[in-house]
Amino acid sequence: MAHAEGQQHPISGYFKVWGWLFVLSALSYSVDYFQAESYLRWTLILVFMMMKAGLIVAFFMHMRWERLALSYAILIPPVLVLVFVFLMTFEADYTFFTRGSFFAAGS
Amino acid sequence: MSQSALTETANTLAPDGLQGVVADWSSDQRAFKRVPWGKAMIWIFLLSDTFIFTCFLLSYMMVRMSTTVPWPNTSEIFALSFGGEPIPLILIAIMTFILISSSGTMAMAVMFGYRQDRVKSAILMLVTAAFGATFVGMQVFEWTKLIVEEGVRPWGNPFGASQFGSVFFMITGFHGFHVSVGVVFLIITARKVWRGDFDTNRRGYFTSRKGDYGAVEIMGLYWHFVDLVWVFIFAVFYLW
Repeated sequence: MAHAEGQQHPISGYFKVWGWLFVLSALSYSVDYFQAESYLRWTLILVFMMMKAGLIVAFFMHMRWERLALSYAILIPPVLVLVFVFLMTFEADYTFFTRGSFFAAGS
Repeated sequence: MSQSALTETANTLAPDGLQGVVADWSSDQRAFKRVPWGKAMIWIFLLSDTFIFTCFLLSYMMVRMSTTVPWPNTSEIFALSFGGEPIPLILIAIMTFILISSSGTMAMAVMFGYRQDRVKSAILMLVTAAFGATFVGMQVFEWTKLIVEEGVRPWGNPFGASQFGSVFFMITGFHGFHVSVGVVFLIITARKVWRGDFDTNRRGYFTSRKGDYGAVEIMGLYWHFVDLVWVFIFAVFYLW
């Protein structure tokens, strides 16, 4: 009955990833706790975020062991969303600018 | 069984790497080789869910960048004091650790499921569900504190930019709803595994189909996704 399609991996790998996720979470929390500011803060937050996301997707969600046809189909679209992010930053800057020039009192 | 024999041959012949991508996508029958249809479908669903959460987080980014009023300091708002000095953001940190622990137990449940160890798999899924319920409980506490004590509303709050409330309730509310749905499905799947449905080929109540231990992995993929979304919310909403 046992089908070869199941994902079977040694337990030690899961424990390692689990441990790293704890460490990375503690590190991202300490960014706030030690009040890191400005570019250092944003860089650290994003780096820890991407590392955690990568570990979860690659190991816990088994993406590492899937065929590339599936990995690409799932992972490339979210990357393309970055274009949307850039568009929205321009839009937000523009809104901020118009608010600043037309509603001097704020809001 | 000739069907599965055919796919087996196709699998062994399929090349790896970029050539494999082209071969898989241009092949007959199915593009996602060695992936049961249920798993391919949950991945497509998770991709669409990714877009929903992306839209939420993007609207949050847009709103926060374009407001001329200072954004409320989440580090102070979500601080808790256990007798002494308030510890910044501690509630959210505990929630993060709870969700990560639940992701770990879920990964173990999937592993034991594929090893046909149904008792361990079911227990680990129930532990995961308990972690999830704890998370939702803490979120209820957080919301109550903000609404009742601090007076945060979707249209305004005492800390700063009035958009804070609507963004907070929308994003954490939608995520909390995902966790709650996950807890319900974890309990349903754990019951099926516990009863041995996937060993006895018992048919599902709604679908009348026979299941297999892939169902545990599909449940796991959803649960890990919920954890994944929290990683992003924690980083860009609470820490930023």
